[in-house]
Amino acid sequence: MAHKVGVVVFPGSNCDRDAYNAFGSVLRGDVRFLWHKETSIDGVDVIVLPGGFSYGDYLRSGAIARFSPIMTEVTKFASRGGIVLGICNGFQILVETGILPGALVKNESLKFICRQVHIRTETTATPFTSSLKLGQVLKVPIAHGDGNYYADDETLKRLQDNDQIVFRYSSTDGKITRDANPNGSVLNIAGIVNERKNVLGMMPHPERASEEILGSDGGVGVLKSIMENLN
Amino acid sequence: MFKARVEVTLKEKILDPQGKAIESSLRNLSFSTLNHVRTGKNIDISVAEDSLDKAISTVRLACEKLLANPVTEEYECEIFNDGGDSLARFSNRRTPAVTITERANN
Repeated sequence: MAHKVGVVVFPGSNCDRDAYNAFGSVLRGDVRFLWHKETSIDGVDVIVLPGGFSYGDYLRSGAIARFSPIMTEVTKFASRGGIVLGICNGFQILVETGILPGALVKNESLKFICRQVHIRTETTATPFTSSLKLGQVLKVPIAHGDGNYYADDETLKRLQDNDQIVFRYSSTDGKITRDANPNGSVLNIAGIVNERKNVLGMMPHPERASEEILGSDGGVGVLKSIMENLN
Repeated sequence: MFKARVEVTLKEKILDPQGKAIESSLRNLSFSTLNHVRTGKNIDISVAEDSLDKAISTVRLACEKLLANPVTEEYECEIFNDGGDSLARFSNRRTPAVTITERANN
């Protein structure tokens, strides 16, 4: 039986269809949308918090969506060890909720950046990267104004010590340089997991790079890893 | 009834690119004595509580829970009565936590 993927739809989500397509058409999962007002997520094996501009990014990106009724269920699901993938605005919602540490602040350049970037796989010991190779460079797009990851030194040390930094912005050949950092994120961080490693937040969009016709299939390995780990 | 004005600013060590952009524009306009621009936001709220203590605790809870992100932001709040007199001030920045504003004519 196909695994059930739930894609949460907030008012202002705009990558929910991309996620639906990637998990459904590309990976043959059984996908359904979860309206943010739903209070039951029974039978879902994976939850995706998609990209977009939930509640118009008012107050702070993700700050209002985190109080949507479904987030209580998402938090419970995550604390039971359920797999949660937050992409872009989804990542912002996860840090606002406190499921992931740190914060996402305005890009250093003040500009909204929409382009392809390269990210390097920093750990394969997560259900999101188990089918990738350590150090593997993925070509995936970013599209955000508030993607500049910040955490205090103590939090960063904990992230490093526990192997929670999953992706860092890199050059095409996998070098972590300042030039490769599009938004000013500390340590070039593009994605992190929680301590238990069942929740991933990342600013780049793997679902928008899930088949060649979209310009790159560089993100498909992330989605594939998730599906393989459900077996 | 009270009124609250909450001012949310980025912590000193968080980069404020908007402030930087304003700063460089001021420099272009030859304001050579104006430096270190930091931006923030004001949130004005009507508070339907019947005592100052309750107004303070409710607004403080709102600040902690929603209005400011404790990872990156600081807040400062001032509570007024309907006549616009300042009654109290508090923030997550410094101690003492709450200062009851001294009224000159009391």
